[in-house]
Amino acid sequence: MDKKIYKNPFFKANPITVLVLGVCSALAVTVQLKGAIVMALSVTVVTGFSSMLVSLIRNSIPNRVRIIIQLVIVALFVILIDQFLKAYAYDVSKQLSVYIGLIITNCIIMGRIEAFALGNKPFPSLVDGLANGMGYGMVLVVIAFIRELFGSGTLFGLQIIPQSWYMANGGFYENNGLVILPPMALIIVGCIIWAQRAVQKELQEEQ
Amino acid sequence: MEYINIFVKSVFVENMVFAFFLGMCSYLAVSKSVKTATGLGLAVIFVQLVTLPINYLLNEYLLAPGALAWINPEYASLDLSFLSYIVFIAVIASIVQIVEMVVEKFSPTLYSSLGIFLPLIAVNCAILGGSLFMQERGYANLGEATSFAFGSGFGWFIAIVAIAAIREKLAYSNVPKPLKGLGISFIITGLMGIAFMSFMGINL
Repeated sequence: MDKKIYKNPFFKANPITVLVLGVCSALAVTVQLKGAIVMALSVTVVTGFSSMLVSLIRNSIPNRVRIIIQLVIVALFVILIDQFLKAYAYDVSKQLSVYIGLIITNCIIMGRIEAFALGNKPFPSLVDGLANGMGYGMVLVVIAFIRELFGSGTLFGLQIIPQSWYMANGGFYENNGLVILPPMALIIVGCIIWAQRAVQKELQEEQ
Repeated sequence: MEYINIFVKSVFVENMVFAFFLGMCSYLAVSKSVKTATGLGLAVIFVQLVTLPINYLLNEYLLAPGALAWINPEYASLDLSFLSYIVFIAVIASIVQIVEMVVEKFSPTLYSSLGIFLPLIAVNCAILGGSLFMQERGYANLGEATSFAFGSGFGWFIAIVAIAAIREKLAYSNVPKPLKGLGISFIITGLMGIAFMSFMGINL
């Protein structure tokens, strides 16, 4: 199997920073690391298995109605994940609210199905889906790390910045409230893209 | 009055793009010129206005807990809400497909200008997100759901036209090389989001 299939999604063709797929959910669930990791795992599972399933039946899907069939397959896996989270991790499921359902329209999944699974065998499709899910998850975790550390001074809900540093306790430090707000997520992604393109010059755009 | 309130709230305070990041993919991909952005924005408003009321009725009479009671009081204990994702997305995908076929048949000029965007709308999170928010917030009647549909579609339209206009002007500015294109679009969207936050707390 071509090594590119599982190597590219991490840097060279990262779904979020290079292909701009699946940005919608990436930003909304990154206030805390816990939510981001659950989201990353869910997307990885859904992308991998729906790619595999579509690839298995790719020769019998009529072209005209393929979008509906793909969406129904993706929705099937998302319902499984949703019910699983509701049963075993109810508080995370509440925190992610509609964004679990929105995995269905996450462009990474449809993008990978359209671009890869429809023309390849099931096993490479599974690997491609999983790798893309992980590339997505990696960016999510980086954003969530920055936002939770600077926004609430915690990681996974544990206090990282010492309590004695805070102004209230006579210190010098204050949490940055702006980082928790939605717009800051966009600016952080913009900066991540900036950093990546400064290193990988071939990704820079002319205009 | 309630209708206007929901409309204004969903356009400005709870803007689909700036407050919830929905529909970001096509928002970033199709915002290079104002003309195409306007076309896509109008198509989104239209699809939102058609699918959201349909999904509202389906939710009210089929999916919500106890919704089946109108058939037979015995069914009042049933809860089909776990099916809502699959039902909503099927409605959206089939409506988009039907709209595509109708437009292709009756208005080839509109089809050729909108053609590529129509299939994109099926996977625009703003559409599915609208239906899911409708379900989560529990609007009281069809009118409220429709005004939310119009408001959320219109908010998305404003957002994409605004960023497209800014990006057209950006062509003349001197942006650092690695930031050009995608990076600066993200940062501008963030700044616009901060500007939109000033509408917070408005209540008509």
